[in-house]
Amino acid sequence: MIVFIIRRSLQSGVVLLLMSVLVFVGVYAIGNPVDILISPEATPQEYEEAIIAMGLDKPMWSQYLTFLNGALHGDLGNSFVFNEPALKLILQRLPATLELAFGALFIAIVLGIPLGLIAGIKSESWVGRSIMSGSILGFSVPTFWVGLMMIMVFAVMLGWLPASGRGQTTDLFGIPVSFFSLDGLSHILLPAVNLGLFKLSLTIRLTRAGTRENLQLDYVKFARAKGLTNGRVIGVHVLKNILIPVVTVLGLELGSLIAFAVVTETIFAWPGMGKLLIDSIGVLDRPIIVAYLLITVTMFIVINFVVDVLYSVLDPRVRLGEEKI
Amino acid sequence: MSDKEQLLVIENLRTHFFTKIGVVKAVDDISFSVNKGEVLGLVGESGSGKSVTGFSMLGLVDPPGRITGGKILFNGQDIVSLSDDGLRALRGKNIAMIFQDPMMTLNPVLRIDTQMIEAITAHEKVARRIARERSRDALSLVGIASPDERLKAYPHQLSGGMRQRVSIAIALLNKPDLIIADEPTTALDVTIQSQILYEIKKLCRETGTALIWITHDLTVVAGLADHICVMYAGRIVEQGKISDVLDHPLHPYTRGLIGSVPSRNKRGSALYQIPGMTPSLLNLPEGCAFRQRCPRADNDCLVCPEITSEIEGRHLRCFHPHVEILHE
Amino acid sequence: MTTSAEDVTIQPEKVTIPTVESPFRRFVSDFSESKMALLGLAVFLCIVFAAVFAPYISPQDPYDLAQLDIMEGRLEPGTKSFVGYTHWLGTDDQGRDMLSGIFYGLRTSLAVGSMSALLALLLGGTMGLIAAYFGGKIDTIIMRIVDIQLSFPSILIALILLAILGQGVDKIIIALLAAQWAYYARTIRSTAMVERQKEYIEAATCLAMSHRRIVFRELLPNCLPPLIVVGTVQVAHAIALEATLSFLGIGLPITEPSLGLLISNGFEYMLSGKYWISFFPGVALVITIVSINLVGDQLRDVLNPRLQK
Repeated sequence: MIVFIIRRSLQSGVVLLLMSVLVFVGVYAIGNPVDILISPEATPQEYEEAIIAMGLDKPMWSQYLTFLNGALHGDLGNSFVFNEPALKLILQRLPATLELAFGALFIAIVLGIPLGLIAGIKSESWVGRSIMSGSILGFSVPTFWVGLMMIMVFAVMLGWLPASGRGQTTDLFGIPVSFFSLDGLSHILLPAVNLGLFKLSLTIRLTRAGTRENLQLDYVKFARAKGLTNGRVIGVHVLKNILIPVVTVLGLELGSLIAFAVVTETIFAWPGMGKLLIDSIGVLDRPIIVAYLLITVTMFIVINFVVDVLYSVLDPRVRLGEEKI
Repeated sequence: MSDKEQLLVIENLRTHFFTKIGVVKAVDDISFSVNKGEVLGLVGESGSGKSVTGFSMLGLVDPPGRITGGKILFNGQDIVSLSDDGLRALRGKNIAMIFQDPMMTLNPVLRIDTQMIEAITAHEKVARRIARERSRDALSLVGIASPDERLKAYPHQLSGGMRQRVSIAIALLNKPDLIIADEPTTALDVTIQSQILYEIKKLCRETGTALIWITHDLTVVAGLADHICVMYAGRIVEQGKISDVLDHPLHPYTRGLIGSVPSRNKRGSALYQIPGMTPSLLNLPEGCAFRQRCPRADNDCLVCPEITSEIEGRHLRCFHPHVEILHE
Repeated sequence: MTTSAEDVTIQPEKVTIPTVESPFRRFVSDFSESKMALLGLAVFLCIVFAAVFAPYISPQDPYDLAQLDIMEGRLEPGTKSFVGYTHWLGTDDQGRDMLSGIFYGLRTSLAVGSMSALLALLLGGTMGLIAAYFGGKIDTIIMRIVDIQLSFPSILIALILLAILGQGVDKIIIALLAAQWAYYARTIRSTAMVERQKEYIEAATCLAMSHRRIVFRELLPNCLPPLIVVGTVQVAHAIALEATLSFLGIGLPITEPSLGLLISNGFEYMLSGKYWISFFPGVALVITIVSINLVGDQLRDVLNPRLQK
């Protein structure tokens, strides 16, 4: 187990290093670094000074090391627009994005697993078929358009829910969250559903496939032969077998939720880091872009790592396999 | 055979599967009975409907299959007409089942104790601690060493033979009247096979549990069963006392089956083979299903033979049985 | 044992001799089994037709400023224009006929989507084949890159690239290509690994054919079916991704309006109830994606060797 964790962390470190090279090469080599890092309003003299101050006259590898050193100390430059450290700005927006992503994941799991179970058990009936058709549609329809339609229906036509913003937040351990007030909840509902819709379809598909596969297996029949109630056979025996792959996949999808939050945040004007990214791309605020990319990539690597470890904890078979190594 | 002793009586049972390409008559008009404490061998090739017969007795036939006719009287009560909940109460409590493949029957992600305790608590309200003790006792009964440790194990940590012992222990937990064993030794090593066989036989004798042993292997049944039913293509073609049937097989199919057991042939001589293939249950030939492979078949066989009683306690479905061997 | 087999009328087993048909005809008949897939194909062909012949079937040229009249902006669907024809799907803020805009938008979306999918297929397919054929270190390096890339969602890869590169048709194609090639590489590698073991490759090696010839003339044709399936699904995926990026304003420039841009244009008017500017391009986008997916699903069923009888 420990060997596994060490090996996995080394691997993650290498990926992170590679991504930092990519971002560095992208921003510093392909684009003109002076344009990127010096405010366009600078005078020619300031320009020259800045080049020397930032060490842009030095060779590439030395520049990269400087960049890496800065990054490791949390210094990714100041935002042109806000004139504050880019990293700080991103981290300020992080809780809102995480809240949205977890809300979406929650919706996907809480609705997706029961729906998938029903669709798997009654796969031939109209109930199962309509759940499946719904999930196929959920896969095909682009998230951003669904978001627009949700605003049109629930905010404009029916007027039930607000179309944008985060609403009232409450501090929990110093982090603002929205799900403690009705206003906050009403604000997060539409974006979370919108972001979760794709994952909901995925959960339904995975759960349904798992249910159908497991129901065929002998252990289900044996459990029934023991005289267990249907509820226990499905709710304990089948569900526990399905949960492992579903949770693994959904855990890995948390990262993609954070990436896709860019779209949802833009539509619903949700003040997360995704919206900040799109705004920054619009005004060429490149330090923010770099900070966003590095933070997101780091989160991705951490999530993948945690899910891998969790998976081996959840599945007794994997756990044993690792002990042998 | 007095009625008092009869534990299970099956009358004209039919279990059909309604698939998209046609009706599969997996079990078609079979009748037999099992007395208390008796062992019945249900023998047939794969696809002859013997497993479906077993599942019918527990009400565990999966759709698109269902029981379309007949009665299954268990202690005088018809199982076929029981409600889902009535069936559930019966399963595992009065009738238990052991499956073929021990690798597949235990849930891979639940610990052994969970899977044993739930089998008890599904039927009676007992404290977990007591259920656990009973599970441990059942494990030692089937010859598992250090049962306390095994209870905490996951199935994949046990060997195949060990897992099958666990399944047997689970079947014994509620002291059932009848155990249906569906080829429980087929997936095991030969040495383990005989151990398990011995174990089940001993336990059934000690507890007075009746046993239905489903198998394709005549040699297994020979040393175990009191009675035997030979199934072919969904029907019982011959049934009777084990010694009668094995020593004097009357149905040509039984004869062929016995003839193809290696140990019964002389060394060096070619093994007997029943000609042809098992017919698909989807389109069985008219009349006797064995007709196309039978050396004795004639135009009489174009009609399905009814059950004919040749000798006391012995039933046949054949127009041309080998009666001559009885007079040899 | 007495035999009376002579009396038995033994019925010969019915054997249906398969009628000889060309693989293509068989493919067509298998494909036609699903009504939904045929419908999807028909709809998709209509969409392609509308996109290709957009200049001829559109009521107006939406990008000829001379034809636009700001006075006709944001007309409701079904309103008659001053010139005489009806704006069946309304007009946008510039007075542009939405139907014409959608036809031209489809043109851009389909072109970008299929172009990037094709390029990704070429790049990914080549990399996958090389990895499978040569194996060893080359395989390990290529597949490591593929694995790492696939652990990031395609939208993140596209975002990174577009943030670095900026806007433009060429740039979004590069971004989509980079986001998708790994899928093709993984698909073709797994197929090719199986195919490589077969005798015909061995035979070709014994004939001392060049690597290039073996890979492209022998191995590739046998790996095509799964590649076609993935390709179909990826075209739909590319179109959706492009629309999303354009909607965010980091994809295509305003001068090349795709469906995503049209939807984005209508966003600000949606809150005032002028739904059609966003709604109809979105419907066109959804129909396009769903029809491609329907065809893709059936292709997967037909071309999957495991499911073939």
